[in-house]
Amino acid sequence: MFSGTEENFEASKSSCRPQSESHQFCRETPSLSIIMTSNVVDFEDILNNGFSDANTSIRSGVRARWERKKYESTSTSAESSDAENRKPSTLSDRFIPNRAAMDMEKSSHSILSSMPYDGESSAGERTDGEASEDEEHTINSVASDMSEYKSSVLGIDDSKSRILSFADKAPAPKGDTVNNLQVLYSASTISRKNKSSTKLVSRHIPSAPTRILDAPDLLDDYYLNLLSWSDTNVLAVALSQTVYLWNAETGHIDELCNVESEGPDAHISSVSWIQEGGGHLAVGTSWGNTVLWDVRAQKQLRKMDGHSDRVGALSWNRHILSSGGRDNIIINHDVRIADHKVATLGGHTQEVCGLAWSPDGMTLASGANDNKLCLWDASASSSSRPRYELTEHQAAVKALAWSPHERNLLATGGGTADRCIKFWNTQSGAMLQSVDTGSQVCALQWNPYEKEILSSHGFAQNQLCLWKYPTMAKVKELDGHTARVLHMAVSPDGSSVVSAAADETLRFWQVFAPPSKSLAGKRGATDLAGGAKSKKLSRTMHIR
Amino acid sequence: MVAKDTVITLKGSVEIVTEFFFTAINSILYQRGIYQPETFKRESKYGLTVLTTTDQGLLSYLGTVMSQMGSWLTDGDVQRLVVVVTGIDSGETLERWQFNVCVDDGSEGSVDVSIMTGNDENVSNNIAMRKGSDGKITKTPKTVKEVHDEIQAIIRQITASVTFLPLLNEPCSFDLLVYTNKSAVVPHKWEDSDPRYIMNSQEVKLRSFTTSFHKVDSMVTYKEADEWEL
Repeated sequence: MFSGTEENFEASKSSCRPQSESHQFCRETPSLSIIMTSNVVDFEDILNNGFSDANTSIRSGVRARWERKKYESTSTSAESSDAENRKPSTLSDRFIPNRAAMDMEKSSHSILSSMPYDGESSAGERTDGEASEDEEHTINSVASDMSEYKSSVLGIDDSKSRILSFADKAPAPKGDTVNNLQVLYSASTISRKNKSSTKLVSRHIPSAPTRILDAPDLLDDYYLNLLSWSDTNVLAVALSQTVYLWNAETGHIDELCNVESEGPDAHISSVSWIQEGGGHLAVGTSWGNTVLWDVRAQKQLRKMDGHSDRVGALSWNRHILSSGGRDNIIINHDVRIADHKVATLGGHTQEVCGLAWSPDGMTLASGANDNKLCLWDASASSSSRPRYELTEHQAAVKALAWSPHERNLLATGGGTADRCIKFWNTQSGAMLQSVDTGSQVCALQWNPYEKEILSSHGFAQNQLCLWKYPTMAKVKELDGHTARVLHMAVSPDGSSVVSAAADETLRFWQVFAPPSKSLAGKRGATDLAGGAKSKKLSRTMHIR
Repeated sequence: MVAKDTVITLKGSVEIVTEFFFTAINSILYQRGIYQPETFKRESKYGLTVLTTTDQGLLSYLGTVMSQMGSWLTDGDVQRLVVVVTGIDSGETLERWQFNVCVDDGSEGSVDVSIMTGNDENVSNNIAMRKGSDGKITKTPKTVKEVHDEIQAIIRQITASVTFLPLLNEPCSFDLLVYTNKSAVVPHKWEDSDPRYIMNSQEVKLRSFTTSFHKVDSMVTYKEADEWEL
């Protein structure tokens, strides 16, 4: 429910108000409360006086007589320094303030500091003879009224506390103090210092997507996983309440399921294809069910409960389906047996948003909004603790990718406050490498052919980045998306990657390619898909 | 489990509070980019990786202030600690992190637990687990582990604050203000300060934590970045 960290905030200041959903950040408007308090009867006088005084103190030095005349004639009744002469306020409806909700100390300070007199200084400045005895008296009485008012009505007693600070101040920051958070706030490209160099790879990587599909109503939520590509070349994408299947070979679109009947707020929170065969799709829902679909028969096979809140992450390990929810737990379902819940793993303290089984099926990696990365043994039972709890990330861990080249090598990416891609030896729990990418890491995908990793990012550039591993030299940046790139999936032939972004588009990128040796053989296999793609280059299709 | 289920004493509570202040201040300094990130080292605390400074000058400054805080806390003289972030060039207060300290008496320890179960899922889970393993409901005051979980949540919020706080676009320095009772013994080298309030500020309340003796509320006030918000 609560999220101390909220990855769905974008760092851009134009959209930086706390979400109503996160109850922890309750915002108040302290400066407003000053005005509210001023409606308390006695206080009006003080305030009006204060304002009139603020007006007069603008003038400095001796004025010419005509200037004074003019000023006096145009000024309002508030200009009069005599409190008795002033007309009573004509405010009809009185505001009754809720004192408990205000920071009185702060308000009184704000009032005081907005009135630029403290008796002598303002009177001394005025040399034009307007500072009559009468006025000075008023000022003094106002000041004493104020402190009396403060102590009696507002319950603030200056004598109660003392504000102290240590005389020897902290050392000033040294050297170059360029704020490293600058990258979060600026959309400029200056921060991209190490520009990509194409010399790192011999193959050609097109900078433009080979295809763009519309994905209307794709939820802009960092914590969900809404994209999966089966080994039968069918792409499953969840658009709010509906799961669509897009056949990458034929371009045919099927609607698999719709959850509109479950209520207006119901939505699909995750999709994941079974590893082999492409016959079954697991669908996680906003009300905590994990539903298994037989795609060929277009039939719902079984509904598995267990979570009390939305299921944002799914991962298959043969017959075991792991699901992670907003209720902080991970459940391993054995989809073959009636009593499907084989283990409930409680290692996280906030929403689980990333789950990935290692290729050898021995380790489950889980990332959550509590900034933790947990590694679980396949044999983990409900009572077991994670093999490792890794807390190096400083933000939510959603992007998880197991290396297809090395056993026990895992790449993870952190959210806005972290912005790092980290590499782990999952056997020893050691962090091998960490690189700051400069923006929220939403998804990671290894190149199945070479030691390269593709990362997708949020604000400010919303780009995809291809890195060489282990040097982490930037090979290529792919721009195009206009909002953060939330999900990625790789095609079964391993050559193209689809990215789904909050700009409600899916873009296909031809980033990976088999090494030229086996190129011919592979080409033959994917000829149909490849040929279709080149013809339809940059043509936009609607998924529904 | 390193933390034993022991009752927190006043001395322990003071230690917890000062350690929290030290960690929170360090997190603020790192996350807000006030000191260079290279001068911080990673450390495991509260089940998190937190960053603490390695700058000797800064460490000795914090050490001095924290040890003084410790003795004031023991006497129950501290009302609040304020971390003031000031622009070096403009001299303007840009951020104000406020930690209010309330002294509870020990009798309310169990009440605090029940309050926490009401609004914190993390802690309620832990309590549920504890119940399960013990097989009975223990009505003891809070354990160190539970307090650490609450502190963890606050440190996380500080980390996450970059998502809503405006960028500190100039070199900044910080200062610590301690609000004490009038009766507090003020040692040499401590001087009175003004509250350094921010005009036109926005305020975001963060979580709080309680030990059996102290309740610490946290809050951040920041100058509204008008050119962005308009």
